[in-house]
Amino acid sequence: MMRKVFLIGIKDLKIIFRDRAALVFMLLAPFLLTIGMGFVTGRFSGGSTGITDIPVVIVNQDQRELGDALVELLYSADLADLMDPGAADDPAAARQLIDSNGAAAAIVIPEGFTQSIMPADRSLLFGQGSQGEAVPIEVYTNPSSPVSAGIVKAIVDEFISRVEEVRLCTLTSLLQLQAGGVNPQDPRVDLDSLLQSAELSQPASLTLKTNAEGPEAVDFDLLAYFAPGMALMFLMYTVSYGGRSILTERARGTLPRLMVSPAKTAQILAGKVVGIFFTGMAQIGILILASAVFFQVKWGDPLGIMVLILAAVFGAAGWGMLITAIARTPAQVGSIGSAMMLIFGILGGSFINLEMMPPFLRTVSKITPNAWGLDGFTTLALGGTAVNLSEPITALLIMGGILFGVSVILFNRRGVMGQ
Amino acid sequence: MQTLLEVKALTKRFGDLTAVNGLSFTILEGEIFSLLGPNGAGKTTAISMLSTLYAPTSGDAAIGGHSVVREPLAVKEIIGVVPQEIALYEDLTARENLVFWGQMYGLKGKALNSRVEQVLEQIGLLDRAKDRVKTYSGGMKRRVNIGVGLLHKPRLLFMDEPTVGIDPQSRRSILETVKDLNQKGMTVLYTTHYMEEAQELSDRVGIIDHGQLIALGTQKELTRQVGQNDTIILDFNDSQDAAAMIEPVKALPSVQEATAIDTQVTVITPEAEDLLAGLIGLANQLEVKISSIDIREPNLEAVFLHLTGRALRD
Repeated sequence: MMRKVFLIGIKDLKIIFRDRAALVFMLLAPFLLTIGMGFVTGRFSGGSTGITDIPVVIVNQDQRELGDALVELLYSADLADLMDPGAADDPAAARQLIDSNGAAAAIVIPEGFTQSIMPADRSLLFGQGSQGEAVPIEVYTNPSSPVSAGIVKAIVDEFISRVEEVRLCTLTSLLQLQAGGVNPQDPRVDLDSLLQSAELSQPASLTLKTNAEGPEAVDFDLLAYFAPGMALMFLMYTVSYGGRSILTERARGTLPRLMVSPAKTAQILAGKVVGIFFTGMAQIGILILASAVFFQVKWGDPLGIMVLILAAVFGAAGWGMLITAIARTPAQVGSIGSAMMLIFGILGGSFINLEMMPPFLRTVSKITPNAWGLDGFTTLALGGTAVNLSEPITALLIMGGILFGVSVILFNRRGVMGQ
Repeated sequence: MQTLLEVKALTKRFGDLTAVNGLSFTILEGEIFSLLGPNGAGKTTAISMLSTLYAPTSGDAAIGGHSVVREPLAVKEIIGVVPQEIALYEDLTARENLVFWGQMYGLKGKALNSRVEQVLEQIGLLDRAKDRVKTYSGGMKRRVNIGVGLLHKPRLLFMDEPTVGIDPQSRRSILETVKDLNQKGMTVLYTTHYMEEAQELSDRVGIIDHGQLIALGTQKELTRQVGQNDTIILDFNDSQDAAAMIEPVKALPSVQEATAIDTQVTVITPEAEDLLAGLIGLANQLEVKISSIDIREPNLEAVFLHLTGRALRD
């Protein structure tokens, strides 16, 4: 049963990779456009990220050294272009502001944050007290601004890791003092100086990667946004090409020949879908590999990438099958497919960050595999894993499922041979 | 010989158009059976139904005892189809095409490779097997097209006008291949609008026109229908000239039958040469100009003409 399905799929994959024109569209065009977007956005010249004035709400309930240090960092001159911070007193109000799309993220620094890391009682630094959990900082993100929210989260993560680093340095220093016969609980030992000597209060060391002078970069690469953006846009070309091949085979007589071979109609159609699927997977896989090798783009968790590619290709293939079921000739599929590729590309954020679009268009963009795919790839590029992809993957699978269902109904109504 | 194919009142309608109307015939195992008819007669639609591509509007056919309507998969295992169009993947090589189609028919491993080599040899393309089909001439593509239909050694091979649009040499090669396959025991249903092909190949011929089988039998049985008469075809420059000729021609002695269609008058007579002088004299008398004269001895073309009043090529 499945053997014939895969035979047809592999045959289609072989044919498309022998079509030079298709290869230009599938691989060369997205690759070149990615390079172009890299130049436009300054990725290759160390210029701006293109993302500025990220609205962020800070609720500092800690009101002590570390909480203040984080607030200072967010208001620092180094992040002045990137961040547009505002203060709030009530965490619930801050979350509400995010829910109403008033900012990209809220940072809630809870009361006792500093105390949990720099206890007034120094004995807590040792023994059982040192095993206690630090009070966590909450970053409440706006799902409609995944890139901005991701950047805020990355800055806070970086801050926390710096704090943890300093805390470990301090502990090490104190243990060395203890080993040298000095009692760390001796009031003459200046713990604050030790902490400060670890340069925690140097917020300038926290910068975005686009600042070439920043030694501690937040790992967000714009090409990790534009490369999948272009790959997803041209994936729409691939799925329409795959869909068109059904009508081309019908016109050239190979579909009727398949239909009179000992295979069921469902096997033949499934084979064509598998062909589209294989081609889409190969296309995105090659583009990811190429951008990783040539531009050192960090795509993130490999498992997450694999799962996301599968889901994105499934969602996109659903659109390819739908236009094939609607169109009557290969030329019609070509025209509709090209239009869809461009519209979905623009609408799905391949050229313009979705966060810069009006809310209405952001909602409309949810019908595109591009938007969900980009959401997922951005999450991965910002350090997320497969676990964080439940929303885009579910959306893409539902999208593909519905579109395939509608396509099958249309095919059944008109007959595979279009009688 | 036992019956391999039995067609019973097979009918196919596309909206208001009846492409095949109540077709019934049988084919015996080991036979070459030709469906002869002009373009648009319903030959391809008939083959499409018999090969399970189209469901009949009514009627049925049994191949090897399996209904094409109820047991299409069992039927597909028995038949091979050589379609009228070149149905190949042009970006694949001949070998890749044969391997793919062989796999679709369940061949695999050594059996597949060996069969592909045999077929490549049979169609004379072993030396070009690694070239992509799109680099082939029309005749070579036709040969691969046939090769695909032979891969799984079908009991019944449908060949739908396999010589359309090819050079005489390739055509000859295809006809020899068909005869060779038949000698090795393959039953063939061959459709054509070339009378000579049907005459050369067939054990029996069914003549089809406007979706209906209008005659069926061996060539002898069919030509007997028009007796030993010759056919004279007179061509005029004007259809009015043809119309003016028809009644006086019918009045001539030894004319058995005469019909006028467009610019052509067809005359059936036992003595063509004797009648010729009379026909020319009549044309002079009526002051109409004959542009060409064609005399044909009894053959399938004459049968078709006799039955329909039209030539096969019309």
